[in-house]
Order: sequence, then C-alpha cells, then structure tokens
Amino acid sequence: MDMELIKECLPQLLDGTLLTLKLVFVTMVAGMVLAVPLALARNAKSKWLSIPAYLYIYFFRGTPLLVQLFIIYYGFSQFEWLRNSALWAFFGDSYWCSVLAFTLNTTAYVGEIFRGAIQSVHKGQLEAAASIGMSQFQIYRRIITPQAAAIALPGYSNELVLSMKGTSLASTVALLEITGITRNLIAETFMPMELFLIAGIIYMILSAVFIAVLTLVEKQLPMLKAQAANA
Amino acid sequence: MDLYGYGGALALGTLGTLKIMIMALAVGLVSGMAGAGAKLSGIRVLSWFTDLWTIIIRGVPELILVLFVYFGGSTVIQRTAALFGYDVYVEIDPLVAAVFTLGAVYGAYATDVFRVSILAVPRGELEAARAMGMGPVKVFFRILFPQIWRYALPGLGNLFMILQKDTALVSVIGLNELMRNAAAAVAATRKPFTFYITASLIYLGITTITTLVLHQLEKRANRGVGRAN
Repeated sequence: MDMELIKECLPQLLDGTLLTLKLVFVTMVAGMVLAVPLALARNAKSKWLSIPAYLYIYFFRGTPLLVQLFIIYYGFSQFEWLRNSALWAFFGDSYWCSVLAFTLNTTAYVGEIFRGAIQSVHKGQLEAAASIGMSQFQIYRRIITPQAAAIALPGYSNELVLSMKGTSLASTVALLEITGITRNLIAETFMPMELFLIAGIIYMILSAVFIAVLTLVEKQLPMLKAQAANA
Repeated sequence: MDLYGYGGALALGTLGTLKIMIMALAVGLVSGMAGAGAKLSGIRVLSWFTDLWTIIIRGVPELILVLFVYFGGSTVIQRTAALFGYDVYVEIDPLVAAVFTLGAVYGAYATDVFRVSILAVPRGELEAARAMGMGPVKVFFRILFPQIWRYALPGLGNLFMILQKDTALVSVIGLNELMRNAAAAVAATRKPFTFYITASLIYLGITTITTLVLHQLEKRANRGVGRAN
C-alpha cells in the first residue's frame, strides 16, 4: 500500500473520526436520557402510555435507519411552513438532522433493552421493598436500577457499536464523518480499495475501544462487584 | 393510490428489495453454516479465518463494506490475479456486490447462531444414531438438522430482520430497489416526505409479515417439544 497516500489522507480522516465520535457521543447521551422514559412508558399500566411507546419502538425498529434519516432531512423540506419557520435552522442542517435521526433510532433500541432489564427484576423484591415502606422512586433507585443496569449493559454495549456503525449513514446527507471524508478522498485520488480499507480499520479500532471501555464500566457496576466479591 | 404516477415504480422497487433480501439470505445461511462448521472443525486455519471474518463484520459499518466490495472489489480481484500472472479486467455487478456483502454480513453473525445451536444438540443422540448404523448424512438430516433448526430459528429470524433493513443501504451503489426508486420519484415530484414515508411503511410491512411468518415457523419447529423457555 502507498504510504504517501496514507500520510496525505490521515489528517482529514482524523477530522472525520472526530466528527464520528461527536455524533456517537451526542446520540448516545441523548438516546440514553430519552430511553428511560420510553422504557417506563412501555412498561406502564396505562394504555395511553404503553401503546404510543410500543408504536414508537415498532416503527423505529421496523424501518431502515437510512429511511428515517431521509424522512427527517429530505422529507420535512416538503412542508413550506416549516421551511419558512425558525425551526428550519435545525431541519435544514444535515448535522442536526443526522443527530435527530440517530437519536430517535437508538432511543427505540435502548428503550427496549431497558424495558427488558427492568422487567427482569424479580417481582418479589419489589413487593418486599414496598412492604417495608419504600416509595416508588426509592424502589427504582435502590432496587431496580442497580440490577437492571447490570442486565442491560451487554445489550447496551452491543447497541453502542451498532449505532457507531450507523453514523456512517450521515455521509449520505453530505456530512464529512469518516465515511463522508473517505468518499471525498476517493473522488480526488481514485483509490477506492486503499481508502475504504483504511476507513474500515479506523472503524474497527473505534469499536474495539468502545467495547474495552464498556467492559471496564461493567466491572465498576456495584451489582457485579458484589457478585464478584461473593464468588 | 397512484402516488403521482410513481406507485408502479415503488412496487417494482419493492420487488427488487425482496429479491436482494432473499438472495442475500440464501448466501448468508450457507456461509453461516460453513462458518459454524469451520469453527467446530478444530482445524486452526479455518477457525482463524472465520474469526477474522466475524471480527471485520462486527466492527465495520455495512455501508463501508458495500462500497468497498463494489468500488474496491475489482481492484482486489485484478491485483490478486496479477500475483498469479494473469491480466484480467473485471467490473463488479452491483447486484452481485450487494448480495455478496449482505450475505457475508448475515453469515458472520449466523456463524455463532449455528455454532451454539449445533452444540445444543445432545452428543448422546448423535452417538446413539451412529450406534444404530446411521451414516454421517443420515445423522445430519435426521438428528442434527431438525434440532439445529429449532434452536437457531429465533436468532436467524432476528438477523433476517436486520438484513431486511440493511438492504436500504445498497441504494448507494445504484441498484434498483425501493430506496433508489423512492429517491427517483422524489427527484421528479419534489415530494420527499410522501415518498420516504411510503417507503418506510413498505419496509414496516415487510418486517411485520416476516415477524408473523417467523412466529408460525417457530411454533412448527417447536411442535411436540413444549414451549421453549
């Protein structure tokens, strides 16, 4: 492989990597915050909460991320009132549209992971906690969250890698993250094999780092620490 | 609903998408089975190769993989041929690139599903079958396969749903499928919301029907066993 080519392209690819990381970070933080109420709504006894939550998850998990991104970025431009409103600063911008699409998408997946994790906590424990006078909030904080977090983590780290891979779709709306930069560089140099190979290696390094970080986090969880101490 | 005259184009695109899904599924099932065989074979080189394949697929975005195969694939083939002293010119057909890539992605994940399912079949049953004088082919089709199928079906089904959504990505290499035709309709009518929402509902329809079919298949595969889990 041509070392000159790598040397020339690396600074731009690093810029792209930073944008990819930024997208992943913003998306995952926003997604995690939104996924908690979504999971609670999905588990709620009231149909007015659980059915909309179910439909939300159903739509975002049942359709391709690319379509969701196109609906938000291209689709909304069909409405003239939106184009003329102040909201257009947001919906006319490919960065914010990508962030919105990725966030809505990952929220559905993470919400479903959280829901499963919350449900897996044994019912007897909740009854016991209620019977010694804990409030609903205390039960969530002391009983459910520590256990659910441990159960949700493997699925969550999986979703983190998947959504990192998903950010490559931002290149289709002309964002210059890793994939977008790579496609630009290929248009200049016409070396598709080499450049896609380099891009692939960068993505693999990123996913390895993410998995390593989450494995460290897993070891810090109180629930799993206690298990390890008992073993 | 004629969708400004583009309803037919979307229907054709849907057919194209279904064709890609099914062809990639076939490639994925065969390669996944081969991968599981390679991992369980105990032959070092084979299991290393399979590990490398799974690691690459898990870490690299599907979009990069499709683009690499389509735009970089011919360079790879030409350079490999040059190593052996052949001078060839190849162009990669977009359908071949799409089916190959999506199949390879499916296969990489399916390898583990198959591997675990094969290991879930009690060894004693295979020994018993062999003791009764069944040959390896009979053991596979009578004892192994029906049970692997039962264990693997939920995992394979999930992967198929992921594959269905990944087919939207191959629109970037200009294949005639749903996304591509929707984009063409948008370019002509300037109605992006209408067409992308329609496309999303078609995808939703496909995944919904798949879920229902899978549910029936699982019920059938589990008949006589009682409910799993």
